[in-house]
Amino acid sequence: MSYFRAENLSLHFGGLRAVDAVSFAVEKGEILSIIGPNGAGKSSIFNLISRIYRPTSGRIFFEDQDITEQPPYDIAKLGIARTFQNIELFENATVLSNLLVGRHRHSTTRLWQELLFLPSVRASEKVHRRRVEQVIELLDLEPYRDKLISGLPYGVRKVIELARALCSEPKLILLDEPSSGLNVEETDDMSFWIRDMKSELGVTVLMVEHDMSLVNRVSDRVIALNYGRVLAMGSPAEVQQHPDVVAAYLGA
Amino acid sequence: MRFLFKTDYEDDIKLFPHSGYVVTYGILLALLLIAPYMLSSYLMSQLVFVCIYATVGVALLILTGFTGQASLGHAAFLAIGAYTAAYLQKYNVPFPVYFLAAGALTGLIGAMVGFPALRLTGIYLVIATISFALIVEEILSRWESVTNGNEGMRVKTLSLLGVTVPRDSPTFYYLCLAVLVLTIVGTLNLLRSPTGRAFVAIRDSETAARSMGVNVALYKVKSFAISAAITGFAGVLFAHKLSFISPEMFTLQLSIEFIIVILIGGTFSLHGAVLGAIFIVMIDPFLTYLKDDMPGIIAGIAATFGAGSATAGNIESKVAAFASLNGLKGAIYGIIIVLFVLFEPLGLYGRWLKIKLFFQLFPLYKRATFKRQKIYVKSERNR
Repeated sequence: MSYFRAENLSLHFGGLRAVDAVSFAVEKGEILSIIGPNGAGKSSIFNLISRIYRPTSGRIFFEDQDITEQPPYDIAKLGIARTFQNIELFENATVLSNLLVGRHRHSTTRLWQELLFLPSVRASEKVHRRRVEQVIELLDLEPYRDKLISGLPYGVRKVIELARALCSEPKLILLDEPSSGLNVEETDDMSFWIRDMKSELGVTVLMVEHDMSLVNRVSDRVIALNYGRVLAMGSPAEVQQHPDVVAAYLGA
Repeated sequence: MRFLFKTDYEDDIKLFPHSGYVVTYGILLALLLIAPYMLSSYLMSQLVFVCIYATVGVALLILTGFTGQASLGHAAFLAIGAYTAAYLQKYNVPFPVYFLAAGALTGLIGAMVGFPALRLTGIYLVIATISFALIVEEILSRWESVTNGNEGMRVKTLSLLGVTVPRDSPTFYYLCLAVLVLTIVGTLNLLRSPTGRAFVAIRDSETAARSMGVNVALYKVKSFAISAAITGFAGVLFAHKLSFISPEMFTLQLSIEFIIVILIGGTFSLHGAVLGAIFIVMIDPFLTYLKDDMPGIIAGIAATFGAGSATAGNIESKVAAFASLNGLKGAIYGIIIVLFVLFEPLGLYGRWLKIKLFFQLFPLYKRATFKRQKIYVKSERNR
């Protein structure tokens, strides 16, 4: 049994088949990249997994549990965190409180305890804070702790989104184009961090990415999509040489 | 300028970031405590209204400022609290019991309003809450067996633990102040714990909040319930302060006044609720003053510039007629809102922060420091 599995996953908008009977599996501890031209259905797959869309048909399994019908907020509670292609941070909050929202799935305090800020709340807040600090240290975000998101540059926001996802201590992390909008240097950093996540934190990574050099550097396996269908699956080199993939990108 | 060196995670949690805050707020509290012995009874009465309005302002800030759910129905919540108190008083229920009951009932109704509101955003939510307020207003005037209809209800003098507390006594003021301070402290506690962060997350991006494990529906309902419950508590005090309540006191105009409280005070901080409350309570006597004295003043000016006594008298009566036009107050409130949204979107508290920073950084203050930059277009797809 695979760690994470999508079976015959489909998403139709009227006649448009954004995702069409896609099946794939992710093994524990691997980095799997999804590539494909624009509109191939990559982000739609992510949105299906995190339940922003409801699949037209097909099922999704995580740790042998069927999560197709789970409400969206339960997906995070199961240990699946994600980032967004067009950054979805909490603009008017500080970096710190953004990251602390990432800890939400671990919060156990009740409303009346929080109103009184009982010692138990204080203690759990400190635990959250410590965990957040570890992520801040990992991703070099120290200078930004008390800054508002709305005043930060794009590259930093991208890293903060990754940090927020990591703060939830996920088992599986979905990265939607982690390098889009980053310069070469920042992309290098990102590739190190993605590998660190795998090796140090033991996180399984499912990633949508356009930058082939990043894909080659970090991924264990690659899936190529086009028009919502799987074209090829295998090691980065195999997929890139697959005739259908070449045709999809270059047109033949 | 003061630089904070944080050495402990506690430093991020503390209510007072440094000792300066303890001193300022200590002095403020001391002044508020001796106020009944310093101020005239008129100003004391205004101060009680400031406390009540500020409490409602904090409640509205939780819902609108921090959870991002606009509401024009808070007058209705205030009414429910007030009427619950007045109704339970008839059965000789002691104050602490009906105070808590009013909060609980209003909170429950707030949660019930929250459910249909889950599917609405922006202007549609505003319309839904206005409808709710109108429904409540209608019920208050029709359900005569409970509310005594349009004739209104008399509210007996508050009696706390066997001691009567008249509505203009210092004790009543202390009670209102205590409710306000407890509300503020409770809200600050909430904001530094997971629930408050979930509220802010919902305000800024529901999609992201959901994918971080926040049950958006549950937290929106929670926010509505908390906000309504606090307003219900304030309603009890409001009823006691007025000693008589009737449906026409809880109209849309009052809801708009509450919106003014937070808009003018500043929607991003609890300070705003208090500053806005002071503003709204003080603007009313100011407008009355203008209404009474402006015609005479303008006529006087006209006379000094050579207008004859007949012309001056004519001007005076025309200005007086204009000043007593129906709905002029509403128009003035509207203009105030528009001006603040356009020129001072951060409100009075934002202005105060700017002034403070100006002196801290003098002469290096940049005017654009508080300008909101919108560089990155957010995707509207996943809404």
